[in-house]
Amino acid sequence: MDDYIIESNQKKSRMPARLDFAQSGTGLILGLFMWVHMLLVGSIIFGKGSFNFVAKTMELAFLSDTGHGFPIAVFFAVFIVFTLFIIHALLGVRKFPISWKQHRILRDQMQMMNHSDTTLWYIQVVTGFLMFFAGSVHLYIMLTHPDIDPFISADRIISGNMWPLYLILLICVELHGTIGLYRLCMKWGWFAGKDAKKSRQTMKKMKNRATIFFLTIGILALLVFIVIGIKHRDRVGEKYNNHAAVVEQVQADEAIPVKEEIQALEEGQEKEAAHEPEAIQPSDVTKQYGVT
Amino acid sequence: MSDQERILKFQIFRYNPQKKGDKPRMVTYEVKEAVGMTIFIALNDIREQQDPSLQFDFVCRAGICGSCAMVVNGSPTLACRTMTSTFKDGLIKLLPLPGFELIGDLSVNTGKFMRAMSERVESWIHDRNADKVNFEKLEERMDPDVADEIYELERCVECGCCVSACATKRMRPDFLSAVGFMRLARFSLDPRDKRSDEDFYEIMGDDDGVFGCMTLLGCEDYCPKDLPHQTQIAYLRRKMVLVK
Repeated sequence: MDDYIIESNQKKSRMPARLDFAQSGTGLILGLFMWVHMLLVGSIIFGKGSFNFVAKTMELAFLSDTGHGFPIAVFFAVFIVFTLFIIHALLGVRKFPISWKQHRILRDQMQMMNHSDTTLWYIQVVTGFLMFFAGSVHLYIMLTHPDIDPFISADRIISGNMWPLYLILLICVELHGTIGLYRLCMKWGWFAGKDAKKSRQTMKKMKNRATIFFLTIGILALLVFIVIGIKHRDRVGEKYNNHAAVVEQVQADEAIPVKEEIQALEEGQEKEAAHEPEAIQPSDVTKQYGVT
Repeated sequence: MSDQERILKFQIFRYNPQKKGDKPRMVTYEVKEAVGMTIFIALNDIREQQDPSLQFDFVCRAGICGSCAMVVNGSPTLACRTMTSTFKDGLIKLLPLPGFELIGDLSVNTGKFMRAMSERVESWIHDRNADKVNFEKLEERMDPDVADEIYELERCVECGCCVSACATKRMRPDFLSAVGFMRLARFSLDPRDKRSDEDFYEIMGDDDGVFGCMTLLGCEDYCPKDLPHQTQIAYLRRKMVLVK
């Protein structure tokens, strides 16, 4: 009651404005981050070496004398993203059709009009809801295991049975993010130009292309990880290499196309299997790699 | 001309809340299509020839009064501006505008809503010095570009299509909706209205106002007068978020 009396005698709260702005702001950062994230993860398509190079660069390996990088840098990045993710979810949930009645009205309206932008928003609601869970799992894993490595990622996907989660997450993120960025432009009137209706059409087209582009990269990357994960099933936990060989590695990777690389690795594995039936040392893999 | 002589099938929502025991239902009527027929003409034909109890609103038949808005095959639009020839299969489903009080059949009470909206946004020029106007003096001239801009927004006919096309408004009945935002944008452009951004914030600075808009863009896509709803709501949002 006290609050009510005080509020009634005051100016309207500025909070709704701040919250709306914060929702858009966190969404913008997360949306753009996910685009960059997808491009970086997509480096696996060009081979484990490229991915490893990207991962080490993200760990700021170029700043360390040993070349090992600082996983703590990834930890902090994940921590910031996780925080933004939670804030964005908290703000986004305010807009959900939270009661059965609201949900029924929304479905009814969508059925009546078959209006694309209303449907797009509903897709955002559904994908957003799914990401509460799928996104949290991924972010928590990255927070507790900030050491990024192609084999560890591949093992996680196959031997850790994470591929269904990543598939769901991939579809959700790419739909939610691109629709969200398009809606942000509409919401705040960005890039409207002289003819707002025409720029809206252009932006919608760009949005669709971006969704297809990033989904394609994501699915390809996931497939490559699945292949690596299956091949690496018997050596779970083994890392790609230590950083000393990374430079050499990247050079080798650049020289050999992906197929040959996998072949070379397989041959290496066969040889290894002949000599040592148990797990091999990462340094051995590196040596062979260097030779080929 | 064979195209023009086809038989149109109208599926029309019928329900009279005043009549005891009446239940909502869809009734089918067949109408012979005429050259240049609009849905408004067809409805009059049905009422004259087949069912005098059919209720629907119209005044001007020219898309100016905004009375005949209804949902035509899923799209909120003006019946008088919708040609029957645009429906290739000759099937036309008519519903009353959702989100308004139903008077009966296709007739809804948009007037009650619009009146409340006008009062809520205080749809008049606010000027504390209005009492001290010197009537001997000529009114200050308005820049023609500003006048044009205001006129563009004032083309709204209050038909209610934007309200019915807005899922946000339907889920949250207190939401101001596009017609109100258009009016606010119109007054905030008007140099004669002395209201400050802070004053406008008091009207629309919450989740029932501009921050409740989720940019579903139904208003933009279904406005029969092609008013720039998206641009204006974005303009108000940018303006309101900066209010200290």
